[in-house]
Amino acid sequence: MRTLPIAFVRPVMRKEFRQIRRDSRSLIFMIFLPAFLLIMFGFALNFDVKHIPLAVVDQDGSRTSRDLIEKFRTTEYFDIRSVLDRTGEVDGLMARDKIRAALIIPERFSEDLLAERSPSVQFLIDGANAMSGTTAAGYAASILLSYSQRVTLEAMARRRPGGPMLPLKTEVRVWYNPELRSAKFLVPGLMAFILMVTLTTSTAFSIVREKERGTMEQIYVSPLRPTALIIGKMIPYILISLASAHIVLALGWVLFGVAVKGSYFLLLLTIVLFLISGLGQGILISSITRTQQVAFLICVLTTILPTFILSGFVFPVRNMPRVIQAITYLIPAKYFLVALRAIILKGVGFAAFWDQILFLAGFAIVILLLSVASIRRSTEGGRRRGRAR
Amino acid sequence: MKVILSILWKEFLQLRRDPRLFPVIFISPILQLILLGYAANLDVKNIPSVICDLDRSTASRGFLGDFVNSGYFSVEARVDRMEEIDRYLDHGDASMAFVIPRGFGDSLAGGKEASVMLIADGSESQSASIGVNYATLIAANYTQKIIFESFKRAGGLGLKPVLVKPELRVWYNPELKSRNFMVPGVLGLILMIMTTTLASLGIVREKESGTMEQLIVTPIRPYQLIIGKLLPFVLIGLVDTTFVISVARGWFGIPVRGSIALLFALCLAFMLNTLGIGLFVSTISRTQQQAMLTSLFFIMPQIVLSGFVFPIENMPKFFQYLTTVIPIRYFFVIIRGIMLKGAGWPELWNQAAALMGLGTVILTLSVARFHKKLD
Repeated sequence: MRTLPIAFVRPVMRKEFRQIRRDSRSLIFMIFLPAFLLIMFGFALNFDVKHIPLAVVDQDGSRTSRDLIEKFRTTEYFDIRSVLDRTGEVDGLMARDKIRAALIIPERFSEDLLAERSPSVQFLIDGANAMSGTTAAGYAASILLSYSQRVTLEAMARRRPGGPMLPLKTEVRVWYNPELRSAKFLVPGLMAFILMVTLTTSTAFSIVREKERGTMEQIYVSPLRPTALIIGKMIPYILISLASAHIVLALGWVLFGVAVKGSYFLLLLTIVLFLISGLGQGILISSITRTQQVAFLICVLTTILPTFILSGFVFPVRNMPRVIQAITYLIPAKYFLVALRAIILKGVGFAAFWDQILFLAGFAIVILLLSVASIRRSTEGGRRRGRAR
Repeated sequence: MKVILSILWKEFLQLRRDPRLFPVIFISPILQLILLGYAANLDVKNIPSVICDLDRSTASRGFLGDFVNSGYFSVEARVDRMEEIDRYLDHGDASMAFVIPRGFGDSLAGGKEASVMLIADGSESQSASIGVNYATLIAANYTQKIIFESFKRAGGLGLKPVLVKPELRVWYNPELKSRNFMVPGVLGLILMIMTTTLASLGIVREKESGTMEQLIVTPIRPYQLIIGKLLPFVLIGLVDTTFVISVARGWFGIPVRGSIALLFALCLAFMLNTLGIGLFVSTISRTQQQAMLTSLFFIMPQIVLSGFVFPIENMPKFFQYLTTVIPIRYFFVIIRGIMLKGAGWPELWNQAAALMGLGTVILTLSVARFHKKLD
């Protein structure tokens, strides 16, 4: 009598569970590594560009110039590291990475200002880090602009008291994350990044280990179908990573105040689809490699940097060139991240991100089919080799 | 020497066993570099925005014109009611909104204070804060224009408005391209990932398959074994460095302003660290699975806390101290210094010293542990 392929899922699952249990350190790592990394990164990281180390060269040395320096000192954007006498010293400090920006106030600055000749100051920035460089330039421009406006209005007020006020007030409102706290923004991104890497690596060895140890040959000659093999191997890992994903979510809530605003059911659906995608990617890698060394290397290379950079976690996808934007469709963390931000931070409904869920489901299905196909090919190869002998 | 060479040869034969290894080692760094070189772009432009002009006056159109023409914002939609903004932000179709309240133009004309509202999607707080910065700067410039005009109208009162102009000079990377910052970083990451993972798994495999025992009973000395085992990875690392630097220069036009010899020498110093960590991981792991997860435990924090993307000076003090034991942190300063700033030994000696010191300590400890395991 022919056994239904699905009946093989259970024994494979049981065997896989037993094997996982035997290596308790790996199990602990799989469950708690994501949590550990989230705690570490969540506390350490910060997107805000603040406290940019600044050097000031005050060639004027007047009360006015000190007044302007004070403007830079009192913002949290700059930390004045040194006040120099000569411009020449700036070079060395910047090359040694001691400062990121320098403000140079020329001689006769106060004289020009009093005579109402618009003076200029030099602002040097270390462009090597383009992001903090751009931001520093923006901050400096803002500070100087508001300084000039104050000086002008004061001069006007001296001549004609009760003159014009600052005419325009800008009211800034930030939605979803009112204090613009990076943690709120970072935590979903970190979840996607950390889970993707740990998921893929947890199944990276599932098939290739059997190949390296020679037990795969036994599977080839058994009536086990590739589909049943993959499902059976995957279920234990889905359960383990579901646990670790929930630990991560709970930590995000308890430690970083990132509460789930939207529906938990939708969140669970998204997480499960993402887990299948990540674990499936690991299985696919496992089935196309021959040694564990290479499987791990491919895993790390296809998850760490691509997820970090192409998922929209750090770099906005819409700024990328079209070709690269097309490639980001291969990064499941991207869909997960958009859906996660929508559910967790915005609390919006299914209508706002159904397309992401659809893509994620599509990715999961395709990657599983590819793994099945790859194993089927090597199974047939193995059977043929077996017959030849 | 002959012993080392034969171990080296054996390692290469073993590496060839998986035909996918060499493509992965040599082609993937280049692919990664090209992909990331294009993707790593923090230059926030064309932020999709919604405009809600409730005033519809010449003044409000002039004000909004300044935003649209700045190039930082692109108008996704114009709406008539504030409630309509929600949908765009909820669905992620826009990340900023500008609201001009009714009476904006009249207030300005009457010399009263007018206000505008900027709404930003804070779920992407990074682009939100950059967007808010741009917007406030544009609004401040507009304010400046109004002040100047009111000066003119007042007949100047015998004074001229002053403006302290910043004369901006950008060093090392005049166009402020993020790529120039990220690409040298990718070299460091690839070197670390390649050497740490290959070394740790390569050694554990011998243990797992039991061939380590056979090596121990041969007259091979432990140091010969270690050198023979680690040298292939050093060579792989050097080849990768050559590839990555050639692509960075040839494809992306990222300069190497400093000395290439110094760069390679310090790559070697960096590999002392990464291979040391790999060796250490191998001494505390029984199976390759354990070695993999343990390597991950060492690699992930290094990537994120190294200053690769997130500046170290923004981290809390505790983590800043923690980063002093992260070797790649020094390597990043070195490689960016040599490539972008043309820095040499006088500027970099302390980073290099930290890298070598740390490397020596890590490698010595791992070798000692490895010895103990062998005995």
